[in-house]
Amino acid sequence: MCLGIPGKVIELYETNGMKMARIDFSGVIKEACMEYLPEIKIGDYTLVHVGFGLSIIDEQEAQETMDLLNQISAMSQEEG
Amino acid sequence: MKYIEEYRDADLTNKLINELTSILTRDWTLMEVCGGQTHSIMKSGLDQLLPKKINLVHGPGCPVCVTPLELIDKAIALASRPDVIFTSYGDMLRVPGSTSDLLSVKAAGGDVRILYSPLDSLKIAQENPEKTVVFFGIGFETTAPPNAMTVVQAKAQGIRNYAMLVSHVVVPAAIVALMESPDVKVDGFLAAGHVCTVMGYWEYEQLSHHYEIPIVITGFEPVDVVHGILKCIRQLENNEHKVENAYARSVVREGNPLGQAIINQVFELCDRTWRGIGLIPQSGYRLRQEFSHYDAELRFPEIQSIETKESELCISGLVLQGRKKPHECPAFGNQCTPQTPLGATMVSSEGACAAYYRYGRYAKS
Amino acid sequence: MINNPNLAAWTCPIPLKNYPTIVLGHGSGGKMMDDLIKHLFSPAFDNEFLAQLHDSTAIDLTDTFQSVPPNRLAFTTDSFVVSPLFFPGGNIGELAIFGTINDLAMSGAKPLYLSAGFILEEGLPMKTLGLVVNSMAAACRRGGVLIAAGDTKVVNRGHGDGLYINTTGLGIIPESVNISAKNARPGDAILINGNVGDHGMAIMSVRSGLEFETTIKSDTAPLNNLVDSILEVTTEIHCLRDATRGGLAAVLNEIATASKAGIEFDEKAVPIMPEVKAACEVLGLDPFYIANEGKMIVVVPKAKADEVLMAMRKHPLGLNSTIIGSVVEEHPGMVTARTSIGGKRIVDLPAGELLPRIC
Repeated sequence: MCLGIPGKVIELYETNGMKMARIDFSGVIKEACMEYLPEIKIGDYTLVHVGFGLSIIDEQEAQETMDLLNQISAMSQEEG
Repeated sequence: MKYIEEYRDADLTNKLINELTSILTRDWTLMEVCGGQTHSIMKSGLDQLLPKKINLVHGPGCPVCVTPLELIDKAIALASRPDVIFTSYGDMLRVPGSTSDLLSVKAAGGDVRILYSPLDSLKIAQENPEKTVVFFGIGFETTAPPNAMTVVQAKAQGIRNYAMLVSHVVVPAAIVALMESPDVKVDGFLAAGHVCTVMGYWEYEQLSHHYEIPIVITGFEPVDVVHGILKCIRQLENNEHKVENAYARSVVREGNPLGQAIINQVFELCDRTWRGIGLIPQSGYRLRQEFSHYDAELRFPEIQSIETKESELCISGLVLQGRKKPHECPAFGNQCTPQTPLGATMVSSEGACAAYYRYGRYAKS
Repeated sequence: MINNPNLAAWTCPIPLKNYPTIVLGHGSGGKMMDDLIKHLFSPAFDNEFLAQLHDSTAIDLTDTFQSVPPNRLAFTTDSFVVSPLFFPGGNIGELAIFGTINDLAMSGAKPLYLSAGFILEEGLPMKTLGLVVNSMAAACRRGGVLIAAGDTKVVNRGHGDGLYINTTGLGIIPESVNISAKNARPGDAILINGNVGDHGMAIMSVRSGLEFETTIKSDTAPLNNLVDSILEVTTEIHCLRDATRGGLAAVLNEIATASKAGIEFDEKAVPIMPEVKAACEVLGLDPFYIANEGKMIVVVPKAKADEVLMAMRKHPLGLNSTIIGSVVEEHPGMVTARTSIGGKRIVDLPAGELLPRIC
């Protein structure tokens, strides 16, 4: 399950008492509900599923993981 | 696209696979729980690039596949009513019921509409006060907060001509059922990254401990999947079993507390029948008492006595439990194809049978 | 001319002004229909053939061709039922003209004459019809064709989605041109003239329930001129197919099946706008199955590929042309793709209507 696509928050506002945002997915802009991410800010990346933001992408974690993976792959290249 | 493209990098994926190959000493069977992971694996051809010692079996994490046949038939009955506008995620439209499917109902004149966000059901309800909008509330825990919010908003905005046909299923109960089954032989699990984005992974810790099995929270892109497999295999080769997070950019142990809160506010656990598998206790959600007037089955009681008839040839239950591969089914590719599906696993874009048919049967032929 | 629904930009001529919307009488063969033809269709499509105003149009081809050689008359028909009628980058009228021009061009034919049959829904605003018809006139001029016959019917309110159009086209195929889906041979190169998915995602962006903000526009365009520029380089084109409904995947499968050959292409080689790719990701759609209205697959012998590619890239509708794959001996009738990570997957015919997914 669960198509979740990361997009960038470019605007925050309220509709019917719900926190909403305009999300930029590489130039495609769609509205999503941010009620589950009260601390989200403009410029954050969020994982969007069926028009709802479910998490704020942790950019630092992402970088650390990528660095680690690159390290593993570099080592494996040396051995291989 | 940021946070997607870099996880599809061919070079990184293949180097990680090399690392994986170098630490393997024996065969292992891993189950990826989520149908979205199955879809991604098959579409990218990752299964062919993985070392042969790794046997990936595809789990029941496809809400489309496991929605009980009787609920599909109920959906079709509701959608056929002239006083109903039936709204659904696109995935459900081709799933075969006993005699028909939602797409056929649409072709016959039923007002069936595809949505991206469940909140759009409310807009449609407001624009069509003389009809009832029934929304097909399927999904795992990932989709539960959005579906729950729709019910809360319906109540808050005083929208009375809206109802939900609930078909939610939850993952942990399914893992228990699989581990309790003597026919299922899985050494490790790749847990569903987006379910865990909402629910966290604290629930899996006692499962991992009790069944002595590694559970690695895994994402969806090729790099994510290989990363998850790598962590899992490392544990297995070192005779360890614990929960690890290979999708840390989106998942934290506690999950999303507000998402969980609204699930608890609107839904409660209940027993649910999984199509092809059978009844799994405490494996589904239903609407709580105070929201029960939004329950489509109570709003339209005549649909409660629907008779269902499953195809005799279909073995999707065995496929969903990882006990059979799709191409081992005699009907696969013959009577059963994406155009003429016998079961849900051939229809759903992430159903194991559809994924095999679309992407993998060349490798088997 | 008019490419967006700026409804103020078309002025309704008298006596049509008395009828702000289409009524059943406009299809009944009487004075009202006469007015519609005289004051809307004829001025827009104005030419000697239509001016005959007979039940059928007599066409003399001797000026254009001394005689038509055997098997050289190209004939095609297509109906256009798109909803909404206006979408980013075009409208149903342009699709109706360019679609049929392209069907003719895919046989290597020079498109000459089109017919246009209109099924109008009672209640269709006259202005909407005026805009569509004028778009069609402009499209005909761009494509170099004439509307030589037409028909109008009106159906009751509630039928017809506002407006349906059928166009049938006639063209002449030059001698020494033999283009068919059956002609692909192992070793042939497969080319495409540009980005995939623009049209389908432009429509999706205005589709109720799925809409999104974007600058994606339909790529609707007449391809006959581009085909001519390829024919100038070589007449050895094996296959031409425009990748409309079902997208790239559908046409590659049609060619593989008809030619009883295998096709392999490289996913990373297929040009796609980042926005189209993103929109597909968000809705859970595969860009290779999305409709195009100005893209074609060109199958030529390997030895001609580079020449053809250069010629295509010089043309405004081929700037982004590229070689995406080849015809192979293996797995006849099946299309496979090399994935972004170097794996392999089968690319089947689409199961039916393309449905967005959440799972």
